[in-house]
Amino acid sequence: MLGIFLRRILLAIPVLIAVASITFFLVRLAPGGPFDADKAVSEQVLKNLNEAYNLNAPLSEQYFDYMTGILVGDFGPSFRFPGRSVTELIMTGLPVTFELAIYSMLIALFIGILSGVTAALKRNTFLDYVPMSIAMIGICVPTFLLGPLLVLIFGINLELLPVSGWGQLPGDKILPSLTLGFAYAAYIARLSRGGMLEILNQDFIRTARAKGLSEKMVVIKHAMQGGLIPVVSFLGPAVAGLLAGSFVVETIFQIPGLGRFYVEAAFNRDYTMILGTTIFFSVMIVFFNLLSDIVALWLNPRSRDT
Amino acid sequence: MSQSSSLWSDALRRLFKNKAAVAGAIVLLVLIVLAAFAPWIAPYPYAYQNLDLGASPPSSVHLLGTDVLGRDLLSRILYGARISLLVGFIATTVALIIGVSWGIVAGYAGGKIDSAMMRIVDILYGLPFIIFIILLMVIFGRNLWLLFLAIGAVEWLTMARIVRAQVLSLKNQEFVLAAQAMGVSNFAMFKRHLLPNILGPVAVYATLTIPQVMLLESFLSFLGLGIQPPMSSWGTLIKDGVESMEEYSWLLIYPGLTFTVTLFALNFFGDGLRDALDPKTSE
Repeated sequence: MLGIFLRRILLAIPVLIAVASITFFLVRLAPGGPFDADKAVSEQVLKNLNEAYNLNAPLSEQYFDYMTGILVGDFGPSFRFPGRSVTELIMTGLPVTFELAIYSMLIALFIGILSGVTAALKRNTFLDYVPMSIAMIGICVPTFLLGPLLVLIFGINLELLPVSGWGQLPGDKILPSLTLGFAYAAYIARLSRGGMLEILNQDFIRTARAKGLSEKMVVIKHAMQGGLIPVVSFLGPAVAGLLAGSFVVETIFQIPGLGRFYVEAAFNRDYTMILGTTIFFSVMIVFFNLLSDIVALWLNPRSRDT
Repeated sequence: MSQSSSLWSDALRRLFKNKAAVAGAIVLLVLIVLAAFAPWIAPYPYAYQNLDLGASPPSSVHLLGTDVLGRDLLSRILYGARISLLVGFIATTVALIIGVSWGIVAGYAGGKIDSAMMRIVDILYGLPFIIFIILLMVIFGRNLWLLFLAIGAVEWLTMARIVRAQVLSLKNQEFVLAAQAMGVSNFAMFKRHLLPNILGPVAVYATLTIPQVMLLESFLSFLGLGIQPPMSSWGTLIKDGVESMEEYSWLLIYPGLTFTVTLFALNFFGDGLRDALDPKTSE
């Protein structure tokens, strides 16, 4: 099994280099210079600006400089926020986005697994139909619609919770986390229901029951370990979705996180910021995919011995 | 291998028994007709402004009310349906063409070609595509056709996997071996023997891809990176609705409702189609 891990990790390195290179050249392909949007700058100022941002050097040298910079975590200066480096900006937004992602994932896992496992155990009853119908709603109502609706109901009409912000007013973290977590709760509920149904029909579960184990032990100790493997495999790709969701949620709730920085950078054509965050996101996504693959492999006893 | 006509008529019969799928299909048909004939059905042109009126709640003149610029919301939803559905169908077609050809070639060629092609798919799976689409939209401007292509180019991966798995299972069946023995060319093999036999799963996955593609488009439009005014898709209407929801909640509620109902219809129809074509999974 160690071999599989090593191969996966080794494969991830060229992938990341390719992503960084493609992004770098795509951004350089962009028509117009990064300072075109500014008000008429004189020839000399433009020259100095290009000098300061190392844009006069030959492309190959710029590329080489950039790639070696990444290795030590240096993504260069931001085009739009003079004097601040992209790394600094990423580090300011990251803790906020990270916290938001953790809360939403905890909500999603708790609600999702609880309702999915219950639905599988009480198959074709009220406790199966109701959560699964709600899960269908969770999959069909997009985040950018759910968020404003929750704001409209709980923030504006009922005046129960703050409508925006992060960590400034009590309870302002509830709506964003709920908005981002709901769709994942729905997916996880469906996945864990499917996984549990498959496992519950297997012989070793019958053996465990025949041994006289309590139903609780059968479910928690024997069924859930295998039944939740699909959920674990889903968590890696879910990180990519969480990032995309954070773009929307952070925009709606005006949260100063990485997602909002990214969307703003896209609007301002802050090319170094886009470049840096894209590469940073890619590294995170590849890493979490790897992690969830490894955990899923490790949870599956059949692949553990090989 | 049964006759393909009986397979399809069986599937159709099962599909008609599934109430949710039939309801989904009816909703979709109505929507497609409304979108296609929007210029004749819509009570007002989509960009017609009545600044004196401004935002007004639903009334007998404007069934779903008007937006801040006095534009009729019903008309804008109908025209938005054209863009949203068009994105759904075109991007899915792009995904279909790439995915099916990729999957057939990989599955049929087998060996090193297969593993190389599927390795590429594995790698692409792990990449942050939404971010790349945003990057493309930023760099090359917010072009409608680029948007279709970019979204389609992202969604083909699962299709390629499904098709490859199907082709692998068909490859060693007698009729394919017989056709090979008769010296049928590769192209004729794809067209006459493989394609008709993988149509079922492909149709199912295509129906389930459409809602994903529409979500992606509206996600981008919501962020302001997709469809640009004065054109509107459901995503941009929801975005506009969010901006003024405190005073004019109907501007958010009606476009949101239309979009959600459409997504429901597509998902129910797709699930129904899957169960109808492969009764084993519905158990």
